[in-house]
Amino acid sequence: MIRTGTELGSTLAGGLRDLGRTGLFLGRVLTALPASLRRWRAHVRQLWFIGAMSLTIIMVSGLFVGLVLGLQYYQALNQFGASGALGTLTALSLYRELSPVVAALLFSGRAGTAITAEIGLMRSTQQIEAMEMMAVDPVRHVVAPRFLAAAVAMPLLCVVFSAMAIMGAHWSAVLWLGLDNGIYWSGMVGSVDFADDLLGGVFKALVFGVLIGVIAAFQGFHAHPTGEGVAAATTRTVIHSAIAILAFDFVLTAFLM
Amino acid sequence: MASNRSFEIGTGLFILLGFAALAFLATQTTSLAGYRAGDTYALKARFTNIGQLRERAPVKLAGVTIGSVQAIDLDPVSLDAVVTVAVDRRFAELPDDSSLSIFTSGLLGDQFVAVRPGGSPEFLRDGDEFLLTESSVQLEELIGKYLIGGEGGNRPGADPAE
Repeated sequence: MIRTGTELGSTLAGGLRDLGRTGLFLGRVLTALPASLRRWRAHVRQLWFIGAMSLTIIMVSGLFVGLVLGLQYYQALNQFGASGALGTLTALSLYRELSPVVAALLFSGRAGTAITAEIGLMRSTQQIEAMEMMAVDPVRHVVAPRFLAAAVAMPLLCVVFSAMAIMGAHWSAVLWLGLDNGIYWSGMVGSVDFADDLLGGVFKALVFGVLIGVIAAFQGFHAHPTGEGVAAATTRTVIHSAIAILAFDFVLTAFLM
Repeated sequence: MASNRSFEIGTGLFILLGFAALAFLATQTTSLAGYRAGDTYALKARFTNIGQLRERAPVKLAGVTIGSVQAIDLDPVSLDAVVTVAVDRRFAELPDDSSLSIFTSGLLGDQFVAVRPGGSPEFLRDGDEFLLTESSVQLEELIGKYLIGGEGGNRPGADPAE
């Protein structure tokens, strides 16, 4: 009983300590960022590997999410004879909520894990220590480009996800179930605000990108320098990112409403 | 290095794709698509009650959107609501005896401003004020009138022949 209590306490304390260390790490990355921008080719390269290489999964998932939304909303709205609101409902739920969150969860699985594994492997093969020995700042040269790439890629991927999902919902609701094409588009035009709804969602995606970037880099940077250590760090990246995304989503939604 | 350059081109394409998707969504699915505010001129109108009218609500003539509500203020002296509407320059020939009403689209929909054109040969110019306006109809007021019988005293149950 007492032992479980102490274990629980130490787990809680460990979690809090991780949270604090991640925050401090974010500060360290941000201070290293301006200097690292001089080597912009490294940033472009990371944006390619982290952002552009995630396009396939984001586009395919977006299309399927849209297809499902079209079917489900049609089914639900048709019960009230309100299938005319399908376009509005699809666009609002995508822009405000689904696109940023789903794209971020996919992105943490596709790119966050890659960042952790890559940096973790550098840690376990002592490349990071080697850099420190040569007075080369590993945060500036290894972490900063990956962090910035995640923060830049996330909003772009979120918008691409939305566009694919809008096409998907158009496909299933209009082309398949026979909703009127004009009603689908004009419903959105009438009630979706560019700044509040679309850009609000893009802002959410930017925050999620920063979160994924710092969590993934932190876990890799502080991974145990063994095979199991890197594996455990990769798992933690997915779990911590998912929790952080959903928690911040709640906070951001409450503030942006 | 050739491979380095192809990364850079690919990354550029990725960024372009993101902005293209944003442009597609903005112009096809948001309020930016509907009424494109080109060159506009401003007209004012006073209402005793504007109901739930909001800024950026559409201004319609014969059901066609010709502008949008730009600002809603309260005149501190006369205590009227002053609504400024921006009308597209293409529709510069509104007769100066046109009237303005606030309607609701559908039973519970959003409110919009409707222009009823008059027959005067003179046209409204930038900064002019509509003289004839009709405030929004408040559903609560209608119900209240029906229940209490209105100010006129003609009760709903009263026999008109008396």
